[in-house]
Amino acid sequence: MTDARTEILARIRAALGGGDQRVIGSSSDDRQPGLPITPQPADHVREYRTAGEHAPGSAEVLELLVDRLVDYRAHVVQIPADGVAAAVAAALIPTATGTPETVPGAVNGAVEPPGDGLARAPRAVVVPPGLDPAWTAALADAGVEVRTDTREAPLSNAELDSAAAVVTAARVAIAETGTIVLDGAPDQGRRAISLVPDVHVCVVRADQVVQTVPEAVRLLAPEADRPQTWISGPSATSDIELDRVEGVHGPRTLHVVVVQGP
Amino acid sequence: MSRTFLGIPVHRGPGSAVGRPDEPFGPVPHPVEPLRWGPSFPEAAREALKNTRLRGNLAHATSTIRAKRARVVDEVPDWEALRDAGSAVKTRVLAELPELLQELERNVTARGGVVHWARDGAEANRIVADIAKAKGADEVVKVKSMATQEIGLNEALAEEGIGAVETDLAELIVQLADDMPSHILVPAIHRNRSEIRDIFLARMGDAPPDLSDVPRELAMAARAHLRRKFLSAKVAVSGANFAVASTGTLAVVESEGNGRMCLTLPDTLVTVMGIEKLVPSFEDLEVFLQLLPRSSTGERMNPYTSLWTGVTPGDGPQEFHLILLDNGRTSVLADEVGRAALHCIRCSACLNVCPVYERVGGHAYGSVYPGPIGAILTPQLTASSGGVSGHGDPNASLPYASTLCGACYDVCPVKIDIPSILVDLRAREVDADRSHPTVWGAAMKSASWAMSDAGRFRLAGSSARAGRMLARDEVIHHLPFPGSLWTGSRDLPAPPKQTFHAWWDERERAAAHPEEDR
Ligand code: SF4
Repeated sequence: MTDARTEILARIRAALGGGDQRVIGSSSDDRQPGLPITPQPADHVREYRTAGEHAPGSAEVLELLVDRLVDYRAHVVQIPADGVAAAVAAALIPTATGTPETVPGAVNGAVEPPGDGLARAPRAVVVPPGLDPAWTAALADAGVEVRTDTREAPLSNAELDSAAAVVTAARVAIAETGTIVLDGAPDQGRRAISLVPDVHVCVVRADQVVQTVPEAVRLLAPEADRPQTWISGPSATSDIELDRVEGVHGPRTLHVVVVQGP
Repeated sequence: MSRTFLGIPVHRGPGSAVGRPDEPFGPVPHPVEPLRWGPSFPEAAREALKNTRLRGNLAHATSTIRAKRARVVDEVPDWEALRDAGSAVKTRVLAELPELLQELERNVTARGGVVHWARDGAEANRIVADIAKAKGADEVVKVKSMATQEIGLNEALAEEGIGAVETDLAELIVQLADDMPSHILVPAIHRNRSEIRDIFLARMGDAPPDLSDVPRELAMAARAHLRRKFLSAKVAVSGANFAVASTGTLAVVESEGNGRMCLTLPDTLVTVMGIEKLVPSFEDLEVFLQLLPRSSTGERMNPYTSLWTGVTPGDGPQEFHLILLDNGRTSVLADEVGRAALHCIRCSACLNVCPVYERVGGHAYGSVYPGPIGAILTPQLTASSGGVSGHGDPNASLPYASTLCGACYDVCPVKIDIPSILVDLRAREVDADRSHPTVWGAAMKSASWAMSDAGRFRLAGSSARAGRMLARDEVIHHLPFPGSLWTGSRDLPAPPKQTFHAWWDERERAAAHPEEDR
């Protein structure tokens, strides 16, 4: 008996090699014989846009990114380079009014503050090993435990589940689709850390923001074997009457901190 | 496009009767064959049309998704160029399939993955069961996957004492209700929010007793229900949306994060993938990751897309198995015309615009692949057209589940010419009947004989007008011969003033613009 691999490959070759060149309508009575529905193998046609009209990091792409993210009910702030620590702390530690800072324009009440998160009892915040320690300095100053997760010494699923939030950097962001891509580099960490905690704070540099999907794919292609997670807003479902509901299994709250300037 | 209408031939196949639609859950018993269950399409459709709640749920859901899709597709300036590219890439994939599959195998293996090949569903199911047993797992968590539904994996695992937990919200609803999926993307599209609440309350076990039917609350109940399973599962099973031959990278596109949970947390991952799901290069993803989300959920991008290549030490599953599944695909490939069905990226846009699907729902198609794509893919996968499997095959009626309005072709992100393939499959049926005369064949030929000549067609029209006298409740159930050969398979609305020709014209026009009559 031949093995499955040999047999399937032989079936494919037979299917492609032999057979009549049937055309649409050839076997019916009165319809015009048409063209083959499957054209001969064509070279890739790539007449679509491979880049946008705006440069990465330009004011236009940043505006577009923010618009898309807000549409997904993510929280977005744009801050200067020296404002990251304050923005991360503001996202995770309740302000005087009792709720984390949100972007103006986000739909009111659409995003719940992290229900069992820091608002009540500050718990651990997870970070990947390569994250700039300055970004979480203000958290540490406020008494929040900052735990580093590494591939060599990973936190358990239960530890991640009990953490309040995770802070990561990103590899690239796509303005048109409101997408942030993580690729497992040291400042982004294992896939599990941006998944299990209920709040994800993602810091994106302005110069990482491109306009279109092809620009991002071409940036990612040289290291395509890294595990990638493309994130477009908090987790959501459209499974009930095709209405979108934010917040299912992944983080229910996504904060994006866009860092402008050098 | 051809305007030929050949009528729906009736066949009362074996198999279970269609479920009683008024039952709260589980109207559809689990079929032995996920690609061939229930009665033939016309019979199942006639039953489904009586279910007004089903039609209400479907009309609401499909009109929502159509509007969302149209909005996000319109804002893409190069949409048509992307469709052309998607179509060209898929054509190339099929032409170079043996080389690309071996390239994928090499790259997955080089990155620490194990590649298996499965000729059919039984072989694939056995491989999954053996892996789960080797890991000592009596339960696996699953990401929604058409391929595993197609092969009845959950049922096969159950026979081996292994539980398969569906983690996608809609799949969970279907699984808890002991139901069958009725849509590619939203398998529980036939359920409205209050039915879902009732299912959760009755079957979930840990659903809060005061659960309301607010979608957010329902989603939170699912989150709580599945969380422990995610955190402790040893083995996950997934499908794949795309596999990149040149890098060995697999892609899963999802919304809820259940996919990420399954693809990331368990130590062993088994991915079952149809052999046609390939793309040649990583750059090809830039085409499909634009086409798919906008076509399927009507979003600019789905919340989560996971890409992984073999095993990444210290991150995610440390054991990865990829099962390459044939299960009828090579016989679809052998058909020069029908093979375009293998370009499908399972976005479900064609279901959402189909006037037939919207009225009868997914179960009437008797396959895990419903709607227009199901009407061309299912009978080919099961070799049901052209009399190959004989007229006892209910799937042979599937190519007639269409008005040929062309809406499916217009929305298909990879430009599959579904109407032409439908006509071709019908024509094959007629050809097959030339050598095997049957009542069914006679009805078919009577129809095409009448249609092929304008004069005869009008004559048929005036005899239909005479049918007014035969009509009860505005529906003609039986016409005299030769019309009886038609009404044996479909009920004709009584044509009170118009000729049949005029009525059909109007019906087709309306079907071509389904938005206009709402
Ligand atoms: S046939 Fe086209 S429109 Fe239908 S599900 Fe497949 S890709 Fe989508």
